[in-house]
Amino acid sequence: MSTLVLLEHDRGRVRSSSLTAVTCARLLREVSGADYDLLLIGAELGEAADGLARLGARSILLAEHSDLSAPLGGRYSAVLAEAARSRGAETIIAAASTFSKDILPRAAALLDAPMLSDVTHVKAGPGGLRFRRPVYAGNAIATVEVAAEQLVLTCRPTAFDAPELQGGETPVERLRIEPSWLEDGMEFVSREERPAGRPDLTEARVVVSGGRPLRDSDTFIRVLGGLADTLGAALGATRGAVDSGIAPNDWQVGQTGKVVAPELYVACGISGAIQHLAGMKESKVIVAINKDPEAPIFQAATYGLVADLYEAVPTLTEAIRAGRRAGDE
Amino acid sequence: MKILVPIKRVPAPETKIRVRSDGTGIETEGVTFVINPFDEIAVEEALRLREGGSAEEIVAVTIGGEECVEQLRTALAMGADRAVHIPDARLLDPPGVARVLRAVVEREQPRIVLMGKQAIDDDCNQTGQMLAGMLGWPQATFVSKVQLIDGGARAECTRETDAGLEVIRIRLPAVLTTDLRLNEPRYVSLPGIVRARGKPLETITCEELGISVEPRVRTLRLDAPASRPAGVRVTTVEELAARLRDEAKVL
Repeated sequence: MSTLVLLEHDRGRVRSSSLTAVTCARLLREVSGADYDLLLIGAELGEAADGLARLGARSILLAEHSDLSAPLGGRYSAVLAEAARSRGAETIIAAASTFSKDILPRAAALLDAPMLSDVTHVKAGPGGLRFRRPVYAGNAIATVEVAAEQLVLTCRPTAFDAPELQGGETPVERLRIEPSWLEDGMEFVSREERPAGRPDLTEARVVVSGGRPLRDSDTFIRVLGGLADTLGAALGATRGAVDSGIAPNDWQVGQTGKVVAPELYVACGISGAIQHLAGMKESKVIVAINKDPEAPIFQAATYGLVADLYEAVPTLTEAIRAGRRAGDE
Repeated sequence: MKILVPIKRVPAPETKIRVRSDGTGIETEGVTFVINPFDEIAVEEALRLREGGSAEEIVAVTIGGEECVEQLRTALAMGADRAVHIPDARLLDPPGVARVLRAVVEREQPRIVLMGKQAIDDDCNQTGQMLAGMLGWPQATFVSKVQLIDGGARAECTRETDAGLEVIRIRLPAVLTTDLRLNEPRYVSLPGIVRARGKPLETITCEELGISVEPRVRTLRLDAPASRPAGVRVTTVEELAARLRDEAKVL
């Protein structure tokens, strides 16, 4: 009985949000006694396994092949399914992201296993494990049970803490890749490269987010960028802002975009549609700045300020800087 | 070329969802049901491929009770050529839906299955990938741009990923799942509604497809999410900064 955890990495650097799946696997180990193995898939994994030695896994499995340089759904799901078979894994887990959402359902189909998306809680019930997951954009929480030998699941990163490091060494093993697994009729062409600078949206401690009132991408960056940089924050956006080209798609927060739960979420010119709230309402502190006193975002806000964001955001940025300067003296 | 577009009946996205007090589901009284918005984008993309000369026939399919015929009629009114209704009033899980769709694919032999990346009711985001896996077909998920290349032998797809836009090429036949930016679906026109009445709408049972599916994921109950404690309105930026610093201690 074991669990297989698929980790996501960027050129060998494991994404910290993906490690929340290890916490979920530990929870399963407490409940059912199942050990867990970690799986990395890629072309040049290099030293990637080194940082994983103290995560308490039974083994680290590397699936390395030159044709696995880009995460194509066909071959990655075949490798994942074969890795699960080779380990006799009953449960396959990854943290929810576009990477895992592309691969895990297909692997589930190859294994003939059911799947749960965005699991937020796991506990023992009378008839086996019980899971909770949000449905209807988080407006309802479903409690579900699964009747199957094998289960595939994604866990919602915001619902699980980062795993604490444990003692001990973990053996590293290599999975033998069969050429047939790689024949999927899919070819990687290109990926947009973004200048790094601000923290990753799903990993940031603070998120500054904007809606359509920001007008255009230059205005968005000019008005919100200063506040974001003062706070060391990632930038986020509403669907409306992304649809109208004000912000890139990977900044979208919401039901169908990214789900974030930072310590501080600053919503600027965001009305608060349920689809947007679904992606940020678990944030610890929510600030809403909006001209419209009736905007639904104020019902979710810890602190609400009815104001024109074009005046309030620069003033807030300056007030925070001034406060810091005073604190330094 | 034939395109199969699976669609799902869901509450309209602007619906204020309320959980029934006994936890058995959501309140449906007064709720308007529509085609799942991502599936509507799939119907629109299929229409554009046909209008661009790349496809000849668009078949919409749904699985569900009699009420789902309403959404098939909408797809026909948008411009789909035919519709198939698989009557099954149970709540199937995504593997169950994918197995039914695989049987429909084997019967209809489409070159492309175009469907929403997720339904906005159960938010699973699984069915398209599962169908592709069962068929052994290439997949392009979360697509925001589709272009047929190599004389229709392959498709070049732009995908919306967490890291930004990604471009892949896949061999057809394939399964494509749609993201929001792919297109803006057209409104249903009155002539479209009239024409839809004359279009074929076939009912095929799972038995006729030669399959039986049993859901393995069982929903025990639904609960309303925990509500956030009421916040406060601040009157000035200075007050906001002070509270963030001294009260919330997040600065």
